[in-house]
Amino acid sequence: MADYKLIGKPYETADLVAKATGRAKYAEDFRADGMLFAKLLVSPMPHGRVRSIDTSAAEAMPGVEAILTADDLPAADAPNETSLTNEPKYEGEPILAVAAVDETTAADAIEAIRVDMEPLPFAVDPLDSLRPGGPDARLDGNTMINRELATVKWNNVDWAAIDNGELPTDGEISEEWEVGDVEAGLAEADMVLDEVLFHQSMGHQPMETRTAMAYWQNGKCYLHVSTQSTLRTHGFAARGIGIAPEDLVLVSEYCGGGFGSKIFGFIQMNIPALLSQKAGKPVMMRITRQDEHFIGRARPGLQGRVRIGFRRDGRITAMDMFAVQDNGPYGQSGDFVVWPDMASLMYMPLSHRFRGISVYTNTPPRSPQRAPGGLQAVSMFAPLMQKAARQLDIDPLELIRINAPAGQAKIGRPDENGQQGNVTSAFVAEIADLAEQDLDWPAMRARSGRRNGSKVTGVGVALSSFNAGAWGMDGLLTIRPDGKVYIQQGIGNLGTESVFDTARVAMEVLQTDWEQAEVIWGDTSKHLPWSTVQAGSTTTWAHTRANQAAGEDAKRKLQEIAARDLGGSADDYDVADGRVFRRGARSTGLSFAQAAQRAIELGGRYDGHELPEDINAVTVGAATALAGLGLMGVAKDNYAVGGRVISHAIGIAEVEVDLETGAVELKDYRVATDVGTVINPRTLAAQLHGGGIQGFSAALAQKWVYDRRWGLQVSKRFYANRPPTFLDVPHEQPLQWAAQDKPDPFSPVGAKGVGETAEGAGSGAVLCAIADALGDGYFNRTPLMTDMILTKLENLPPAFSRLAAHV
Amino acid sequence: MAVIRDMMPAFELFQPTTTDEALGLLDEYRERAWVLAGGLDSFDWLKDRVKRPAAVVDLGGVEALRAIRPAGGGLEIGAMATLREVSRSPDVRERYALLADAAEIVASPQIRNQGTLGGNLAQDTRCWYYRDGWNCYRAGGTICYADTPTAMNREHCILGASRCVAVNPSDTAPALVALDGELEIHSSGGTRVVAAEDFFVGPDVDIMRMTVLEPGDLLTAVRLPDTWAGARFYFEKSRDRQVWDFALAAVASAAKITNGTVEDIRIVVNGVAPTPLRLRASEDAVRGRQLNDEVAARAGEAAVQGVRPLNHNGFKVALLRNLVMRAVRGGEA
Repeated sequence: MADYKLIGKPYETADLVAKATGRAKYAEDFRADGMLFAKLLVSPMPHGRVRSIDTSAAEAMPGVEAILTADDLPAADAPNETSLTNEPKYEGEPILAVAAVDETTAADAIEAIRVDMEPLPFAVDPLDSLRPGGPDARLDGNTMINRELATVKWNNVDWAAIDNGELPTDGEISEEWEVGDVEAGLAEADMVLDEVLFHQSMGHQPMETRTAMAYWQNGKCYLHVSTQSTLRTHGFAARGIGIAPEDLVLVSEYCGGGFGSKIFGFIQMNIPALLSQKAGKPVMMRITRQDEHFIGRARPGLQGRVRIGFRRDGRITAMDMFAVQDNGPYGQSGDFVVWPDMASLMYMPLSHRFRGISVYTNTPPRSPQRAPGGLQAVSMFAPLMQKAARQLDIDPLELIRINAPAGQAKIGRPDENGQQGNVTSAFVAEIADLAEQDLDWPAMRARSGRRNGSKVTGVGVALSSFNAGAWGMDGLLTIRPDGKVYIQQGIGNLGTESVFDTARVAMEVLQTDWEQAEVIWGDTSKHLPWSTVQAGSTTTWAHTRANQAAGEDAKRKLQEIAARDLGGSADDYDVADGRVFRRGARSTGLSFAQAAQRAIELGGRYDGHELPEDINAVTVGAATALAGLGLMGVAKDNYAVGGRVISHAIGIAEVEVDLETGAVELKDYRVATDVGTVINPRTLAAQLHGGGIQGFSAALAQKWVYDRRWGLQVSKRFYANRPPTFLDVPHEQPLQWAAQDKPDPFSPVGAKGVGETAEGAGSGAVLCAIADALGDGYFNRTPLMTDMILTKLENLPPAFSRLAAHV
Repeated sequence: MAVIRDMMPAFELFQPTTTDEALGLLDEYRERAWVLAGGLDSFDWLKDRVKRPAAVVDLGGVEALRAIRPAGGGLEIGAMATLREVSRSPDVRERYALLADAAEIVASPQIRNQGTLGGNLAQDTRCWYYRDGWNCYRAGGTICYADTPTAMNREHCILGASRCVAVNPSDTAPALVALDGELEIHSSGGTRVVAAEDFFVGPDVDIMRMTVLEPGDLLTAVRLPDTWAGARFYFEKSRDRQVWDFALAAVASAAKITNGTVEDIRIVVNGVAPTPLRLRASEDAVRGRQLNDEVAARAGEAAVQGVRPLNHNGFKVALLRNLVMRAVRGGEA
């Protein structure tokens, strides 16, 4: 690792004290004079059409000030959703909203509203919809074929086999690709696994439910909203409200979790803005935990089949992947196509094929959730790798090494010319070494099969790879006459702290203490530059580069000003410790304060009155507003792209499974990661552990449950969904981690994201560990819960098909 | 009219400071009153607007109901003692570790700080159909939604169902029954003491309530006799995750063992039937016998005689059998 001043060092983030003391203001903490509260009337049925709405009794209630219905909103193009609808397609979908003087009055008003609804056919399991004569979740189809809504029924498929838990692959699908010759690869394999797989749908369940508060002043809308991204939520919110972006000020300094469910805020955030417009008063909409279950987004489930061919030496010759995606009622999730993408990278099969279809269901809308498609790939395939390792008598970590991506490995779906893309770097063999040496996989593995009364120890290892970067964003900072460096950040403050971590790169370039930096974030009136979404683990890669670019621009301008004032050429000067100074004569120079003043005097490109031509229009607006305040560093990330940015992690886990009760206790979890350069070890550890914990829950507990007869969710309470808690984490010893800390060659800093990669490592390792403990008792289904383990151990007839959704 | 959940409606809130004051309010409001202890069961009902009391009587200010004190050779625990106080009480821990263990495994630390022993014992079932306001038998309707061909009943009964298949979810209840505890109930009409075993009511007796408590009644204290103080105890709760989860099945046992022979034993399970269930057949299989794995296994088998699992809870049969076997075997849960 390079000798950095700030990078790789722990520090105190600017929001730490506010968060720890409760001073941090989240969306629902804001108040405005005369503020009303909104409540939603939601659909009681999985699919229906509103025939009529009678709001007369509600409107007559004292304190009820405005009602908003779908008729007040522009329609959306199918298959997209609107924030209110007259044709709800899932239980809990909002039909109308009421604003009243307080939440109790608003709720009472909703109870006084009469909605006459016509029930429509519904499907909660994708396979029910594919069955001949089966129901469609939408009136205009049950899937998308070539970007058009379509209805697909599997007329030629052996449904008796499906009812028996098999998944034939001859039904119509919408996506298909092949790299190499899969059938030939399977034919040449020494061993082929042919498995049916199931991954559950699961809600995002952030601790902070989605909230928005809006008011209008002088024609501008002010929106306080719980969102992951700041800058990138702005346009989406403006469109939803129906105003120009310049007429919207969006504030979101803190967000209590999103996991992909609040990337652009949320669709219903326009409701308080429109109610506020109607009522002429500010409106706060706090979403209840129950409503969050419904509108809070979810990961799509997958029903899959895979054939994997292995050579005797462990090398994978072919992967043939087939998936049906449980899409919910709107849009189209990409999970089912990312699933094979990630498998093609993690296991580097010599050939691979994907066939799949995404089917609409009358269950909550889906959105990306931490490693969309990637988590499913690890959870579904890692246990099969472990099974193969056992059958081939290879250490499962060695099997990872044998098939590991390296360097600029190829990935995924080929383009129209048949060419696959590549990743920027993959140090997987190196992190396998870390898992082996630093995290002591051999010692953990030696405990496999150990008995402790009725408990048996199992150990597992899983590789997880996922997206970790975007590029082409802008960096923007000003060094002002107060001597401080003001770094503008348009990404959000989701809790990952990348909003601060990536700003440190600019200070690293300037070789100046962090205490001299002020990070500006969380409010679109504060002139934020074009930024990536606070999602997809993109921010670390994208904004270390953007801030490197802005830092370099500022540094160059400092050098030029010094040369102009003090003689010599710009290259004679260096920058450090808040000064620009002549090399070899440190006392000859200018402080940042002096240089800032000079920049203002010089104007032009030095203080932002002239801007680079290639920066985004959003950045032009922001920089123009800041022009004249000091020396401006502003630049687009034009560094080499090099390929898809992917980070990698190998999780190792030890569990004890009680053979008498089916109880699983996670005893130990360790993770080794390739995230390129480590920017901040504390936040890296938090992501590795937090993601791992979310993975434990995906593996062991979290799901929702529907009664198919009614199409209604019965597991509405928070505890019944079983999201993870800190007490689900091994507590006998701390979680351990290790990072190989080698820079990615395609970024000046070399730092990749990690948030999403971390989850699969946790989930996959735990699932493998349970499989290891129970011998050949493989389940191929998540979450793997007490009932399934006991059913297997006791040889009981299964209570449900292994493909059944929402059980 | 439309339904809205998770938003508490207005009601009259009373915060008495004495038992008599509380009883007066309960007497005045009768069926329209709701007794609020820690609120962990109550707030779901109130927020979901499924139960709509006119008056809520909050016992949080009645200090007299929180005491834990020796009484008649045994121990008396106020109904408003928190689960944390119960589990941390030296008196409980020393002599009635079974109850301390049960209280210590309820839900999560936050919930144990807030939840009370009385509330944990008197709580309503967690059947998700019933709690979501489906008009089932228990809610006064004419069907059990949890016992249909498509019903999701993994968490429900395998024993003792009568139309309704909901289970009693309390962790402390089986411990209290195993300890042969008693419950002190006050009303404006006087005071009565009910054996823990008789406190819980199945749907065959009254399908619309879980305990003998009637409108106007106030559970004030739990009494633990010295009969089982210091016995060999075993408590185990099976759940899907190690925190914030109700029991799939739980077992509590108290045994008196001399030279390896079981002089007497009480074995009580919960989470498998509408009430905590004392397993007399299992007790009989063990009582008077030398303790060994075979006897333990026999007790387990006796526990599952007559089970009637539903579509999704066949695993509970094995679970119940094994938990009872483990309880007899003893050792670390």
